[in-house]
Amino acid sequence: MITRQRLAAGVCALLAALTAGIAFPAGAVADGEPDGQAAPKVELVLDVSGSMRTRDIDGGSRMAAAKQAFNEVLDATPKEVQLGIRTLGADYRGNDRKTGCKDTAQLYPVGPLDRTEAKTAVATLQPTGWTPIGPALLKAADDLNGGDGTRRIVLISDGEDTCQPLDPCEVAREIAAKGIGLTIDTLGLVPDAKTRDQLSCIADATGGTYTSVRHKEELTDRVGQLVDRAADPVVTPVATEGATDCAKAPELKSGLYTDREEFGQQRWYRVDVDPGQELRASVSVADDRAVNPDYGVLLRAVTVHGREIVRGEAAGTGRTDVISTGLRYPRPESDDDNAPAETVCLQVTNSFSAAPGVKTTPGLPLELTVDVVDGPDKARDVAAFGLGRGWWLLGVLVVVGFLAGLVWGWLSRWRVAVWRTN
Amino acid sequence: MRAIRALSAALLVLGLAAAPAAADASASASPSGDGKAPAQAGTSFRTATEIEQGRQATANGSTGDYFYWSFPADAGQRPTVHATVKLPQQHTTQTWQVDVYDGLRRRQACQYGAQTRTAAAGAASVDLTCVLRTVRAWSEPWANDPLPGTYYIRLTVVGLASSDLGLPVAAEVRADSKDIGGAAAVDGSLAKPLVPGIAVTSQKDGDDDRHAVLSDIRPDGGWSSGWWSDRWVWTGIGAILAALAGIGGYALTRGSGRPSRVPPGV
Repeated sequence: MITRQRLAAGVCALLAALTAGIAFPAGAVADGEPDGQAAPKVELVLDVSGSMRTRDIDGGSRMAAAKQAFNEVLDATPKEVQLGIRTLGADYRGNDRKTGCKDTAQLYPVGPLDRTEAKTAVATLQPTGWTPIGPALLKAADDLNGGDGTRRIVLISDGEDTCQPLDPCEVAREIAAKGIGLTIDTLGLVPDAKTRDQLSCIADATGGTYTSVRHKEELTDRVGQLVDRAADPVVTPVATEGATDCAKAPELKSGLYTDREEFGQQRWYRVDVDPGQELRASVSVADDRAVNPDYGVLLRAVTVHGREIVRGEAAGTGRTDVISTGLRYPRPESDDDNAPAETVCLQVTNSFSAAPGVKTTPGLPLELTVDVVDGPDKARDVAAFGLGRGWWLLGVLVVVGFLAGLVWGWLSRWRVAVWRTN
Repeated sequence: MRAIRALSAALLVLGLAAAPAAADASASASPSGDGKAPAQAGTSFRTATEIEQGRQATANGSTGDYFYWSFPADAGQRPTVHATVKLPQQHTTQTWQVDVYDGLRRRQACQYGAQTRTAAAGAASVDLTCVLRTVRAWSEPWANDPLPGTYYIRLTVVGLASSDLGLPVAAEVRADSKDIGGAAAVDGSLAKPLVPGIAVTSQKDGDDDRHAVLSDIRPDGGWSSGWWSDRWVWTGIGAILAALAGIGGYALTRGSGRPSRVPPGV
């Protein structure tokens, strides 16, 4: 009877698990499928300011090196990449700052690449005007709008922005905060210290890379590498906005999410975990601006009543791109088939700090992965299956076996003797 | 009887000799043959380039870049990460560091090895090593033990003069592991290995190659189920030896053959 009841309960549990598996919502991750919508987009932004005339890259002018690099990169661009070219400072020769700082034009629109056309367009370029990096980046971000694929701006410049007070570094941060999966990589052609600082600041603000170029082949290799990198399929995160407390927090399913978190801010999210499932969450907070060298991040899993279940914490010091931590929470199987899903609140805090004067908005980029996997971990004995190992084990077994044999032998002798006397 | 005793003694000796041999016969993770080693690195956890254990991966980049790779590590392995950075011809003093993170992006401590190293001005290259702890099949959620799953390598310069920023460097990285075997075996297992995004990937068909996933990594022979360890061998041999010793002990109490006082033919 008891056996039958257990069997019935087992079947019910199995059915419940199956339905839970089917009803489990599809993950919130945008697929990197190679259709038109998700095609990776790249825009090369080239500085065509007057200083590009300087002949200091392998004996040729900076412009010549850039042109050659573009030609080679255009030849090698993977076919799924939609490539566009934007120039800055290509048209206006005058001295009027206001006009000069608006001088940015799309040389080749972002879309399927026609190599001949693109090359012809590049060949016409003449080093001319100002260096309006900030406005050019804003326009480039607009050019790349739409679609779910990765978006990448490759900025090639030989001088710092000449159009203050619009700080291109701030512009880059704003662009990154607006768009998802947009990266700006920068290349400095024979850069001076100021150019280097500005370009590396732009790259850091968007999770991109900065390269300083002194030779032609370096330029070609690097631009080619960056374009190829855009073609790699990458999971695009889903934007979410964490709340200030658990009650108002957005509910997350398995997937990859991004958010922004200001210095000292708390972000709350909620995840439903059924009995017998395991929640895995990891969070990384990136420092996209100059921050103080000691920092940390804390991820806590808390019940709706405020009891902490488990936490992940990390602290660091020195140069870094992100600080990350994670946690996992296996929820035990429940005997009750109708046990409700538990709402687990995830709290993310960071202890980044910055010197006064550093802008605090938009917040630091935060990346959150949530995985709810079926079947909790099976915790048993610390020793594997209760098995032993090593010479001590063998020794003990031999001694005990020997003693057992002796005792058994004596016992049987004694029994035989007793039987014989009777 | 004498023959049996001799046989048991022989078996005992044989068993004792065979035990350690069988126990230590666990092969170390060997690199697999063909296939191209990746010649690039990712720039974040999300874009980390997947490499196999025992395969040398290379990447070109700039000083100041964060190079990311990921590799699978299974229970019972003790991974070691080697990284070599070829520095440009002219540079000032630079400090490079390799960090390893597990599938939950928790930083994993290096037991030993030069995780951080400073290259003097003009040095041609810098070598870094990180020997991780042994990967356990299971640990409590509150512990930070390494668990089977994806491991991320992050290589970067942590201390540099700003004049060195952006100069070309080449990096080589390789993850090997030593098989620790039953010494580190624990009971229990994870529901799924700690591979980021596994809850999403497992719901979809694995046909689409270009389908982007956070981490699509697995060891050569798949993830181990975790039930096998050389402890089975040790315990089994122990049981045989105990049985033999038992027979030996029993035989001692019986003497050789029939008791002398029992007349023949009774």
